[in-house]
Amino acid sequence: MDPAQFFAASRVVIVAGKGGVGKTTVSATLARAAAQVGLTTLVVDVEGKSGLASMFGQPAFTYDEAVLSPGGGPGGSADVRARTLTPDLALLEYLEDHGLSKVSRRLVGSGAIDMVATAAPGIKDILILGKVKQLETTAAADLLVLDAPAAGHAISFLRSPRGLLDAVRVGPINAQARDVLDLLTDPQRCQVILVTLPEETPVNELVETAYSLEDEVGVSLGPVVVNGLYAELDGLDTDPVAAAAAAGASLRPGEADHLAAAATFRRSRMALQAEQLDRLATELPLSQIHLPHLFTTDLGPADVDLLAAAALAGIRALSADGTGP
Amino acid sequence: MTAAEGALRDMLRNHSIVVCTGSGGVGKTTTAAVLALEAARMGLRSVVVTIDPAKRLADALGLEGLTDAPSEIEGEWPGELWALMLDTKSTFDALVTGNAADPAQAARILDNRFYRNISGALSGTQEYMAMEKLYELHETLDFDVVIVDTPPTRNALDFLEAPRRLTRFLDHRLYRLLLSPTRGLGKAVNVATQAFLRTVAKVVGAEVVEDALTFFQAFDGMEQGFKERASRVLELLSADETAFVLVTAPRRDVVAEARYFAEKLADADIPVRALIVNRVHPDFGGADAGALRERARTLAGTDLGNLYANLADFRTVGAMEDEHLAGLAASVAPAPVVRVPYLASDVHDLDGLDEIALHLFR
Repeated sequence: MDPAQFFAASRVVIVAGKGGVGKTTVSATLARAAAQVGLTTLVVDVEGKSGLASMFGQPAFTYDEAVLSPGGGPGGSADVRARTLTPDLALLEYLEDHGLSKVSRRLVGSGAIDMVATAAPGIKDILILGKVKQLETTAAADLLVLDAPAAGHAISFLRSPRGLLDAVRVGPINAQARDVLDLLTDPQRCQVILVTLPEETPVNELVETAYSLEDEVGVSLGPVVVNGLYAELDGLDTDPVAAAAAAGASLRPGEADHLAAAATFRRSRMALQAEQLDRLATELPLSQIHLPHLFTTDLGPADVDLLAAAALAGIRALSADGTGP
Repeated sequence: MTAAEGALRDMLRNHSIVVCTGSGGVGKTTTAAVLALEAARMGLRSVVVTIDPAKRLADALGLEGLTDAPSEIEGEWPGELWALMLDTKSTFDALVTGNAADPAQAARILDNRFYRNISGALSGTQEYMAMEKLYELHETLDFDVVIVDTPPTRNALDFLEAPRRLTRFLDHRLYRLLLSPTRGLGKAVNVATQAFLRTVAKVVGAEVVEDALTFFQAFDGMEQGFKERASRVLELLSADETAFVLVTAPRRDVVAEARYFAEKLADADIPVRALIVNRVHPDFGGADAGALRERARTLAGTDLGNLYANLADFRTVGAMEDEHLAGLAASVAPAPVVRVPYLASDVHDLDGLDEIALHLFR
């Protein structure tokens, strides 16, 4: 599938997954990949995480939009921008836009927002999703990538509009919930990309999350991103002594053991990963995009570019209707 | 046995409560389960309170669903191992029932829609109920050690602040305003309150406001009991018999969060008793990464070249992890730092917990 077409399928992409699987990494990767094929991209963060900015070598950003990687240059790529959305600021903005700035000052100033949020849970989520919807309708960027809260929360986060429609039957919150639900359930406007690691527990959670999101929210699911796959490397099953003899090289004392231990470890992780990929494919009929494991603890711009290249290759390998390979 | 590994056993022996804290996805639940298992092996009567464990781990621990009472896990150990999966709502219900003046008041609260929302969704409720549960287990059942896994939060102190946050909420100025009409205060207050409620109702709908009013009326008189309970829970958490264990992974972003947690705990005068680092890449030994990488380049295209490249990958990431952890270890000193390697297989049963225990308590 042509990446430009892939990213143009819906303006909003929600990236969701269990904590620790690399949701923020995947959000950065997809944003960078989309920018490389010419789409201006805005990453929306809801947890105020610093990780995203440093992946682009930038200082932390706030509620106001910041550029993470500027467009132009020889590749002709577009901007990647980012901002953090918080329910309080989204509410203030909403009320002010609707001529209720007096109410808004009182609500936020008195701490009553917590009380109101308690009265109708999901209000904070709807405020954020409502702001995302506004960014979508005003076409704030060609692509909006929402780095969603961690898995358990992702479901309640995305379920919030349905819950609120039941709890709040009239008024602006009700209208907002209805609009957000329209956005979430329209595959032409929004899709959810689930992220996992090729390990047992994250795969189980991903499968569960996928079914609840489809059944309970009615969102359309894009391909699954499997993060952290060890790259294929030939010769890992060769005995180091034999490999040295074949290469006409000599090993230092003890080195054969070090090389063999590292190779065995990687092979056993790879076997486990392959097993989990198969299981994921059997249990969830969604196509997969694979991202390599990077041997680093600090992702920087070069790493994000590498991952973006892998994502683009994965997207190209999808069949034209997005269901393959 | 190294000092650090002995220190973890001492910690279990010398504390009646162990709180595992850290960011999401770093293995807090697994760590809590391993600590509880080891306590049972040491002959102690231990219980682990988990929050949302992965299904297979829950199965391994014999947790079939949310329960309010611990169930015993059978096994070959001199002590006892019990486990329970926190049910926020029924814990809250029990708290309401225990503090209500009579069953009728309890019923009025439990049936209220606003209460049902609070008990499930008020931010901090889950944290508070985890603490409430551990207090209850500690006070009423005769466990030697209660080990609790905390919900993933961005702020280490969320669960410490949760009891206070809830009482503050119940004590909120607005709550006073809402109650005043029923207490027959002057009409002036009433008018102001009504005006405010109208604006709130404009946003969220009148039904919601009505539910909240009914709740606060039903709750009247119970806030004192709640506050006292919350302050006893807080007292227990800051007592010497409670140990905080910081759980982390060696990635830069997670280490940064762990440092932030450590600072917040230090600000609150709560010492970190141990730092457990999960998923550390194993050290296979050998030359430094640069030299290995160079060998791999010279031998590119051969199996040996790839074997060098692979070892170089692990040495590279290992060196980065060491660097991150050195700084973190300094910030929690003198707490022991225990590393659990990234294992060749995943952990989801008692055998897996045993393998981790080997690294924690070797």
